[in-house]
Amino acid sequence: MIRSDRIGSGPKPRTLRDAIAAAAQPRFFFDRGGASVCFTELGRGTSLDARLPDLAGSAVLLATASQLTSALALIELDGVARRILILPPDARAEHLAAVTDIAGIDAVVADDGTPNHEALQRSTRITCAPALAPMSDSLPPAMRTEWLLLTSGTTGVPKIVVHDLASLTAALHVPSPADGAGVWGTFYDIRRYGGLQIYLRALCGGASLVLSSAGEPIADHLLRLAAHGVTHLSGTPSQWRSALMQPETCGLAPRYVRLSGEIADQAILDGLRTVFPHAAIGHAYASTEAGVAFDVNDGLAGFPANYLDAERNGVAMRIVDGSLRIRSGAVASGYVGGAALADASGFVDTGDIVERRGERFYFAGRKGGIINVGGLKVHPEEIEAVINRHPSVRMSLVRGRANPVTGSVVVADVVLKNEAEEAASRPAQLALKDDILQLCREALPRHKVPAAISFVAALNVAATGKLLRRQG
Amino acid sequence: MGAMSVKLTIIEQMEQIAREHGKILAPLKEDLVLADCGLDSLGFAVLVARLEDKLGIDPFTAAEDASFPVTLGDFVKVYEHGAR
Repeated sequence: MIRSDRIGSGPKPRTLRDAIAAAAQPRFFFDRGGASVCFTELGRGTSLDARLPDLAGSAVLLATASQLTSALALIELDGVARRILILPPDARAEHLAAVTDIAGIDAVVADDGTPNHEALQRSTRITCAPALAPMSDSLPPAMRTEWLLLTSGTTGVPKIVVHDLASLTAALHVPSPADGAGVWGTFYDIRRYGGLQIYLRALCGGASLVLSSAGEPIADHLLRLAAHGVTHLSGTPSQWRSALMQPETCGLAPRYVRLSGEIADQAILDGLRTVFPHAAIGHAYASTEAGVAFDVNDGLAGFPANYLDAERNGVAMRIVDGSLRIRSGAVASGYVGGAALADASGFVDTGDIVERRGERFYFAGRKGGIINVGGLKVHPEEIEAVINRHPSVRMSLVRGRANPVTGSVVVADVVLKNEAEEAASRPAQLALKDDILQLCREALPRHKVPAAISFVAALNVAATGKLLRRQG
Repeated sequence: MGAMSVKLTIIEQMEQIAREHGKILAPLKEDLVLADCGLDSLGFAVLVARLEDKLGIDPFTAAEDASFPVTLGDFVKVYEHGAR
């Protein structure tokens, strides 16, 4: 279906206000509890208590408790603030002072759920409310605003990654089945890169957005997504595996299903195609530093080897020591506070190991996640992909367990599709474990076959939606 | 768990691992030197991991002296002591 307001058909927006001004019809943010805000009205209103002019040229920390107020504030701040540091919901209090100092923050946008923290007592503090008030002041001329995001997955002070609207929306200009949404939904929080991409797709593409909500039971979220008639839905493979355990998922009828943030194995792609036979299913490869590099829409895991042959859609990729490196207009310009983000040629090392099989590359796993079994290197993700192919398995987590003989052996925690199988008699459980191990033995060399399998009710997933590799 | 069951569990697991790894076990007698039993280091690693699940202990990681037992009889004794 061709839409006249599809991305790529007009000039690139300079600010988010420009982007939403292009929307052909009213569009909304839908929040939990029935709240909704027509964000296309922001041209004539403000959620910042008429104090937006105070923030002109400032370095603003966006520290609202709710995604809805962050969603509104970003539209208003882009083009007005010099930089916006987006605080993710799981940001640790003990890092706040360091992060705000490094970023040179002089103003804070909060909402009435923002906790009182010493590092948030800055000279200018403005409260964002989830409603629009008329605004009569004209705005200062638009400036190029830096969008600052925090890296996740580290235990020390997070690094601060510098983007702007141009780098964050670079991938949106590549035509894809992700275009043409009426209503986007996502399991992500929009304050992390994966969710922010969906937020920007909604705004730039003229779609409404159903926001996720921390602590909301997944069944309720799925019902809410169905009630709003979500047409395009995005999440990590782990979030999708959890969604497929819920009967409410069958009430959704998306035209497009998107996966990103983790390796999309063939099992989850096939599982989604079974549940959504009429949807296009795509998986995107992206990181906070490297941006969105490409998406794959052929229903297969991995990506075609020819993606590396030449620059595609402005994205150049190469493999160095087994790990994928990316250079593109979507790459962040750097870190605040100095560390180099790209190599001498401008390529960012993603830390993801890729392996070629025939005419396709597959993601083997994270560089830092290798398990050493008697000197042989093992990627847990590769084994999970095999286990996940078993018809009784919903999802799995492979870990190294310390071993006096080989240093580590591989063990697996497995969530079954059917609760009854997990609670079955011991002989039945043992037979199923043997069957799963047989599948592994047929597909993998001996040292990659798990020494032990445990059936578990659930696996812990981080706030980012990614499987937690240290469970508990 | 009685001492007899510890020994049986160990033998049972060794036989299963040999099957899974496509190895042929030497006759499992008390004085069999483990290095000659037919399992390689990966096989022993898996054996220790499975015995940890079945018997609840990994006596090698817990022990102060790092020497691995030489014979099957020694190996069984380490687990019998640990399982008490």
